[in-house]
Amino acid sequence: MPHRPFSFRLNGRERSLEAPAERVLLDLLREDLGLVGTKRGCDLGTCGCCTVLLDGRPTLSCLTLAHEVAGRHVQTIEAVAPTTGLSRVQSAFVEHGATQCGFCTPGFVLTATALLRDHPHPTREQVVAAISGNLCRCTGYTKIIEAILAAAEGP
Amino acid sequence: MTAARRTVAPPTRLLGGRIPYIEAPLKVTGRAEYTDDLKRPGMLLARLLRSPYAHARIRSLDVAAARSMPGVHAVLTGDRYPTPFGVLPITHDETALAVGKVRYLGDIVAAVAADDELSADRALRAIRVDYEPLAEHVDPRVGLQRVDEPIHARGLNGSNVQKEVAQHFGDVDAALARARAQVHLRATFAGVTHAFTEPQVTIAEATPDGRLTVWSATQVPHYLHRALSEVLGWPLHRIRVIKPEVGGGFGGKSDPLPHEIVCAALAIETGRPVKLLFDREEVFLTNHGRHPVQNEVTIAADAEGRISAFDIQALIEGGAWSSFGTVTTYYNGVLSMGPYRVPNFRYHGRRVYTNRPPNGAMRAHGGTNLRYTVELAMDLLAEQLGVDPIDLRRRNALAPHSTTVNQFRITSTSFKQCLDAVESRSGWREKFRRLPYGRGIGLGAGFYISGSNSPIHFSPRMPQSTVHLKVDMDGGIAVHSMQADIGQGSSTLLAAIVAEVLGVDLERVHVVRVDSDVSPIDIGSYSSRVTFMMGNAARQAAEHLVEQLLHAAGELTGYPEDELVVAHERYQVGHRPEIGVSFLEALHKAIERSGALVATGAYTGPPMGGTFKGSRAGTSPAYSFAAYIAEVEVDVETGLFDVEKVWAAFDCGRPLNRLAVEGQIEGSIHMALGQFLGETMSYRGPRLMNPSLLEYKIPTPQQMPEVEVLLVGEDDPEGPFGAKEAGEGPLVATMPAVANALYDAVGVRFTDLPVTPDKVLKGIDARRSAGAGWKGTR
Repeated sequence: MPHRPFSFRLNGRERSLEAPAERVLLDLLREDLGLVGTKRGCDLGTCGCCTVLLDGRPTLSCLTLAHEVAGRHVQTIEAVAPTTGLSRVQSAFVEHGATQCGFCTPGFVLTATALLRDHPHPTREQVVAAISGNLCRCTGYTKIIEAILAAAEGP
Repeated sequence: MTAARRTVAPPTRLLGGRIPYIEAPLKVTGRAEYTDDLKRPGMLLARLLRSPYAHARIRSLDVAAARSMPGVHAVLTGDRYPTPFGVLPITHDETALAVGKVRYLGDIVAAVAADDELSADRALRAIRVDYEPLAEHVDPRVGLQRVDEPIHARGLNGSNVQKEVAQHFGDVDAALARARAQVHLRATFAGVTHAFTEPQVTIAEATPDGRLTVWSATQVPHYLHRALSEVLGWPLHRIRVIKPEVGGGFGGKSDPLPHEIVCAALAIETGRPVKLLFDREEVFLTNHGRHPVQNEVTIAADAEGRISAFDIQALIEGGAWSSFGTVTTYYNGVLSMGPYRVPNFRYHGRRVYTNRPPNGAMRAHGGTNLRYTVELAMDLLAEQLGVDPIDLRRRNALAPHSTTVNQFRITSTSFKQCLDAVESRSGWREKFRRLPYGRGIGLGAGFYISGSNSPIHFSPRMPQSTVHLKVDMDGGIAVHSMQADIGQGSSTLLAAIVAEVLGVDLERVHVVRVDSDVSPIDIGSYSSRVTFMMGNAARQAAEHLVEQLLHAAGELTGYPEDELVVAHERYQVGHRPEIGVSFLEALHKAIERSGALVATGAYTGPPMGGTFKGSRAGTSPAYSFAAYIAEVEVDVETGLFDVEKVWAAFDCGRPLNRLAVEGQIEGSIHMALGQFLGETMSYRGPRLMNPSLLEYKIPTPQQMPEVEVLLVGEDDPEGPFGAKEAGEGPLVATMPAVANALYDAVGVRFTDLPVTPDKVLKGIDARRSAGAGWKGTR
């Protein structure tokens, strides 16, 4: 397959890469760029583990072609935390026990980060609706919802 | 200072609180390392050829063309490593790849290691297999008799029966004849699967120093270690098993699995590192989920509602292999008595092979489906006797420090406290049979082992858990153990127990990644054993370490050791707290002569169980107990229903990490509701029709009820700091609580799981057309 060039912003930095037309964003991130915080759970858009933010919106990287992100901004879990420490959402997830196996966690953190940017004080229903594209098999979602609501209250 | 001197749990500083998971900062930043995140230089990718037939003889297998294709480094078939294996030494009926015959649609026939996935897939398509299709066996009832071409030669008398258990204690027939009340219930359960988010994945690398390293997403590194050694014919000491973070298991990663051995074999064949990652369909086909079961329960009681007998039958569909099936077959009987005193008990259970993906251990293995039927039967019995369901359970509760009819040793039980707690918190007395038609409230009870007392391997004899500690002049405490944290928080608990005993801050303690080269054996995360067994081993190791530190503190202060006590980061004189030394001062004194301090602790279960065949199945050093109440609202026109709230009273002894215990309870309720509301391994004949998370639907956050956790357990006499399990027991009370609530709402008992809205509607309509009113309606 011929590789074609394209440019996009990745975690705040301009990147110019080459990839075949059928390269999927998840493979680009994990295999080509070593950004393995984005998880591969199903490759079918059913679990939400591969969620990234595309121009700020939660997006399934396993269903997104790499070339689709040309000229756009991709943010992965690697760029959520400040240089030292954790973001407010991340701290709340730790504090409230919202991680168990942790495999779904990066996707939830990104989804919650986008939610709180758009809705700094969401209702419980808004939180539930926002995370309904991310599956978690460990927590029953209870502590994830608690953590997101706590992050919204914040200091 | 021995462990015996400290059997009474002292007040604790860390334990009993809410301890955030120590690895959580890595997980929220995407920095936690799972197997698929690892890359080795020159790593090849492996893919598997799976059988398109459910049952067929392999007449011939031609891999010559595949072997010579570009980018292909090795092609493996079953004849290369034909040694049978399996999680239980008594039922080794699996092979790494099919040998001579395939037994389910998805059985592994060949494997390819190649430079990339495309080359591997091309090679798979070039493999020629000539199959002779055989009769497919998908109905366990048919498999009870002699069949043409049984799935395994080891089936009983030419049938597909993998295991048959018949037990009888006391005299059930006499008890039934005397009974003043008797209830009988049959129920059917679809198979369900773990649906963890991380697909199975293994990396293996054989190196020129004659060693093999295997990284794998496993719950039991030790069983994998053994299976690799047995099948590959390599001595254990030349194999190194590493467990990175594991993205959920729930039992599905507790068997040593064929692909793990295949991956290692390909690494040996090629001399290159090899990764084998499943796609989601392969995860579903590998299954090992909860068995589909048909069961029957008869409960007899006297006029006061005291249980006089249980008569139980279970027909269990095994799928293609034994897996944990022998244990499953026992558990479906022996765990059914649960929190009740049952003086006469009879059980007949059979597990039958079918040409479908293997079933195995799934959270609350063997203790879930039978409990459902028993708890519905208890509700029926209460109704027949005209007593309150909670009172009926109180009347029959096992006494603390008693022995069951099949010689289980019961120590602590706070079952009655669980009943009291949910009764008062839920407003039961005002609600039961008093809510309007369509609304209901129901009770279910729970019971589970806190670790199987009987290890799977008896040779060599060794403890079930061992923990090593090392502390050097830096004051950091390294903890080594093969306990397998799969997200439940066992590493956090391990660190917290060590910190608690030593009196130090939690951040001093780091739990070293499981690595068989350095981790002493703990037999892993299954049977809810880790808190109890690893916890005791950790406590003992830390007590041995603190002895050395107190000795050094004695030398420094001039006070005898036995007058010194552990304080926060300090060892001081009990009656003169101003005299003491810091942890680091004591440590530096202690290492003057010996260098880094090391200590070890271990746990071995006490002798228990009867002398009859199968007597060890279900024995445990402690048992958890639960009482859950669910409240539901049913739309009687559509059959749709909501589980609005669950009051979950649980006896895990002393909860050591409340955050983790709550998490286990909430997660268990979610998983149980999945099975109740709709999760189904849906087959057409032998073919799994829904091998994806789109079609196999786990509950969404919208379906999750409010959960009120009530931790009412008293300290267990043998658990670490009084603790028992909280990983699986929290699941079992959920489904019967919801079912009994549905009965309270609409007067229908649902005995065909999952309970989907169409079944609810059918039940409501049937009751209506029979003219049997309910709570004021017709």
